[in-house]
Amino acid sequence: MLCDRCQKRPAQVHFTQVINNTKKQMSLCTVCAAEMQAESMAAFPQLNLHDFLAGLINHHFTGNQLQTKAIPQVSCEKCGATEAQVAKSGLFGCSECYSQFGQRVKPLLKRIHGSSRHTGKVPRRTGGKAIITKEIRILKGQLQEAINQEEFEKAARLRDRIKELEQQLQ
Amino acid sequence: MSLKETVSNPYSKWLDASGPESDVIISSRVRIARNLVGYPFPHLLGYDNADKIIYAVQSAILSSTIQKAVGELELSRMTELSPTERQILVEKHLISPDMLEHPEKRAVVLSTNEVVGIMVNEEDHLRIQCLLPGLQLKECWELANSVDDGLEQILDFAFTEEMGYLTSCPTNVGTGLRASVMLHLPALVMTQQINSILTTLSKLGLTVRGLYGEGTQATGNLFQVSNQVTLGLTEDEIIDNLIMVAMQLVTQERAARRALYKEQKYQIEDRVWRAYGLLKYARTITSMDAMNLLSDLRLGVDLNIIPNIPRGLVMELIVMTRPAFLNKLKGEELNPAQRDIYRATLIREKLNSLSS
Repeated sequence: MLCDRCQKRPAQVHFTQVINNTKKQMSLCTVCAAEMQAESMAAFPQLNLHDFLAGLINHHFTGNQLQTKAIPQVSCEKCGATEAQVAKSGLFGCSECYSQFGQRVKPLLKRIHGSSRHTGKVPRRTGGKAIITKEIRILKGQLQEAINQEEFEKAARLRDRIKELEQQLQ
Repeated sequence: MSLKETVSNPYSKWLDASGPESDVIISSRVRIARNLVGYPFPHLLGYDNADKIIYAVQSAILSSTIQKAVGELELSRMTELSPTERQILVEKHLISPDMLEHPEKRAVVLSTNEVVGIMVNEEDHLRIQCLLPGLQLKECWELANSVDDGLEQILDFAFTEEMGYLTSCPTNVGTGLRASVMLHLPALVMTQQINSILTTLSKLGLTVRGLYGEGTQATGNLFQVSNQVTLGLTEDEIIDNLIMVAMQLVTQERAARRALYKEQKYQIEDRVWRAYGLLKYARTITSMDAMNLLSDLRLGVDLNIIPNIPRGLVMELIVMTRPAFLNKLKGEELNPAQRDIYRATLIREKLNSLSS
């Protein structure tokens, strides 16, 4: 049997494509099969990052795999996602899950990112205390810099501003 | 330009090869993930809630702050687009392949120049992205940031002081920022230095992927490099880090090109002219062949071996000769063999119109 596509080389591969629920089967030579695969690559599913992650989450949520005692399952009060679901999909159910699953999330983030503390952008309108905390952190950096440069007047100004902000936080 | 026009035009601003370092860096992209408080993440989202989110985004993009920063934005539901038009948005890199699933829950926002886009209800409720030609990561981040500022005045984004922006997948938590550059690295591939470079990049917390995202091959010597870590670093640190690495790759690639051209002048010239000849005269050409030959042609353009071919044309041809685009241009559903013939015809016509 010759390849359905090039009609030149012998067919060796059965290639199935599902487009809009219609299944199309072709018998292809290895060359055409490779090319067809490259062609449809734009629609390729994601590499199984989520499965990989799911395994990781599973490990963090269930802890020691050898434990024989049943572990009580926690689920998110807001969206209902259970630990098992999160562990299976690699995705949290809603933003509340992050606090609902509490202490188990932090080590997971640390493992993924090498850190579990956000230092980036804070939304202006809803950021609340985080905005002030961030400003204090930046000012403290500047204060250290001013001290190193022996710019003591500037340092004093910065110190006062930090104090002011810290009072706002309380 | 309306979205309907966008899908029928193979040209996108990011294909414009006038950006900084554009002999090596094709484009820069920044994407930030945001989610609304009080709704499940998209993979658990019902139709009603998905609708509510689309409406919320639709009204938020009318904000004057955003319009001032990026111009007019247009929202289209995926269901308003035909399957071919959706596929074209993927081929133009304006949406991810994931957007093709569950179209009834998803929408896309695009600016008229295609530089700024928002995917609604993809893996996260909002994915704001910005795509520019050449090395312009800072500019991309500034644009995406200003869209975020504008939206944030109206929408309540899920955020905690400790963990930052909360996302569906824990790998995006914190800044929600994924920055990437698309590079054309033919000389590093030819000189077989690429593998050791890729290994080094992974040690620096960067990911390398093919042209169409995760799990795709680096056809046509095109590579996408992006940051992996989104928590613990500031947005500026992530962007600066990637710029530094990208500039290193540019330097290495340029050096490899010079060395190759100096030591193997005739082999390189032969390879480039052969690619040009094949592209100019072939009667049938597969997608993969086209990508690889266009890569050789682009190298020839960058090394001034072939004069009079605009740099941007090569990328435009890569996009134009993808399967969905060919169907669109032809106005009918082509089978693979017909596509190979039509692809060859189009490339021939484009290249011959230049030389006449």
